[in-house]
Amino acid sequence: MARLQLRNLEKDYGGFKAVHGINLDVADGEFMVLVGPSGCAKSTTLRMIAGLERVTGGEIRIGDSLVNDKAPGERGIAMVFQNYALYPHMKVRKNLSFGLRLKRRPAEEIEQATRDVSNILEIGDYLERLPKQLSGGQAQRVAVGRALIKKPQVFLFDEPLSNLDAKLRASMRVRITDLHKQLKADGLQSTVVYVTHDQTEAMTMGDRICVMKEGRIMQVADPVTLYNRPANAFVAGFIGSPEMNLVDADLSGNQLAIGSQSLALEPAMMNRLSPKAGAALTFGVRPQHFAIVGSEAANALAGRVSHVEFMGHEVYLYVNVEGQQMIVVVSAAHYDRSKINGDLVRLAPSQETVHLFDRKTGENVSLADLH
Amino acid sequence: MADHVLSPNLAVDREADRILKAQRRRQIVSATFRYGVLTLVGLFMLYPLIWLVGASFKTNSEIFAGAGFIPHEPTASGYVNGWKTSTPYTFGHFFWNTFLIVMPKIIGTAISCTAVAYGFARFDFPGKKILFASLIATLLLPNVVTRIPQYLLFRDLGWLDSYLPLWVPSAFAGDAFFVFMLVQFLRAIPRDMEEAARVDGANTWQVLLFIVVPLLTPALISVCLFQFMWTMNDFLGPLIYISSVDKFPVSLALKLSIDTTEAFEWNRILAMSVLTIMPALIVFFLAQKYFIEGISAGGVKG
Repeated sequence: MARLQLRNLEKDYGGFKAVHGINLDVADGEFMVLVGPSGCAKSTTLRMIAGLERVTGGEIRIGDSLVNDKAPGERGIAMVFQNYALYPHMKVRKNLSFGLRLKRRPAEEIEQATRDVSNILEIGDYLERLPKQLSGGQAQRVAVGRALIKKPQVFLFDEPLSNLDAKLRASMRVRITDLHKQLKADGLQSTVVYVTHDQTEAMTMGDRICVMKEGRIMQVADPVTLYNRPANAFVAGFIGSPEMNLVDADLSGNQLAIGSQSLALEPAMMNRLSPKAGAALTFGVRPQHFAIVGSEAANALAGRVSHVEFMGHEVYLYVNVEGQQMIVVVSAAHYDRSKINGDLVRLAPSQETVHLFDRKTGENVSLADLH
Repeated sequence: MADHVLSPNLAVDREADRILKAQRRRQIVSATFRYGVLTLVGLFMLYPLIWLVGASFKTNSEIFAGAGFIPHEPTASGYVNGWKTSTPYTFGHFFWNTFLIVMPKIIGTAISCTAVAYGFARFDFPGKKILFASLIATLLLPNVVTRIPQYLLFRDLGWLDSYLPLWVPSAFAGDAFFVFMLVQFLRAIPRDMEEAARVDGANTWQVLLFIVVPLLTPALISVCLFQFMWTMNDFLGPLIYISSVDKFPVSLALKLSIDTTEAFEWNRILAMSVLTIMPALIVFFLAQKYFIEGISAGGVKG
């Protein structure tokens, strides 16, 4: 069983603490995505798992063994690097088999493994080429092949798709998730830790996602939970596109004041509020969770449209509400110009999906029904 | 079809034509002038070498007769007699001696400098900054300063009149310049490949051997070339440490023919000089590309 455990993992660069004692369990066969903005230490964490960075505190366990002080080659991991890191002086065949040749595996076994991997990744035609003769996508597949051939316990991916163009990225995304499913179905080791800064990649690929910020874990959950029940304002803002609207709001009774306007919270919403909820809050609504309503409707926010973007199937409205910009996404089919009076618009948030966060700590205080 | 003539005015056309022609003329004149000057200066600088080759085919009496380099009565006697030398050994023997110094020196330099440069470029260890600074400091130290202490040291080791003082220091990365050059080259190479190799299970030495050395090849070739040329041309080192004639490298052997003959056989000396510079010239022309690559990689951080 190749589960991966991080226990109070720390990284200290001589005075600067990059990773603040994180705890993470990746189950056997799980596809775990580490995601966060740049500088959140997701790559550092991955490099510590790989053994390329020294651990300054805490434990890393792969399977049942503590690997803190093991060399990268002895940890049972394989890694795919952002810029492929293929050995430029070796042909693809030698690149693939380098690890096996170092371990002095028998020639037939190496030959067989190379053939298997090149079949899976469709790189059989390039085996005799040098890396510089490959396109980005081909090089990336060779890099994945070099990891696959070792049959590692844990696969580590360090932003493997960020050097590819958008179209290729989408197809590689599918290829990697398919590969993971196939390995799992074949009963092979298939635990994956995948680092990316791209929330779309995270959402589409991960079984679970670990959102990080400044060396701390913000939330670990499956994509649906992460989207619908973000633990804090950071996760709420990071996951989802366009990002969630977060505006300052003050609560008194069931009246939520946003600037000079106010919304009456529905009873269901009030039930969700945690007893900890104070008065100073941040109100979070996803751009998709607004309805444009007429002037007769109650419980809506009035704003001024500053900008309209037509995206084909949907329309993005940039609306200024009480001096704070909000993005509203409406489907193009339902985009009714007549509901907008000049550039004035009234927006009704759907209260089942809105969130309230503590303005100071950022913690989500509208998840009380969970408990 | 659109009419692209902006001005139908013929006078303007003629004027433009005239300016174009004048421009072209100026370019031709300036190119001729530039190439003329360069050729002249080049010839001027190369002339001693051309003269050397020409004079080596002249007779002794003709050599000082004029400054022209074309021999009137070409003769190979300078080569034939020069090769025999005035010692019991042929010039071939001295070439072999040079080879015995050059080979261990080049191999030793390549291996030791790679290892040291790898250490400085890729690892953090206590005192690294101070050690690297002192390495660079030795670059600035004039060679002459260390001659006497070195001589005393090698005398006490009993290495006088052997080739050891000539190549052993280099085999322990004694040439700071090469270490510096390789460090600069390595700094420009991303570490990812080495990290990938470590993940693939390679230890430090395997990473060095299988990944770093192949990547360093262009720089290593130029290190070897430089070392080859400098050692071939080194006169002072052998002069200080080698005393028996049978161990003389070519650089000393050349001087030998000046010392021992009362009336200098200049055409022999010149003929052997030509032979002496040949290996360096051939190697240089064969490997010109790597020279430039190595130097530019060392000088400009990529």
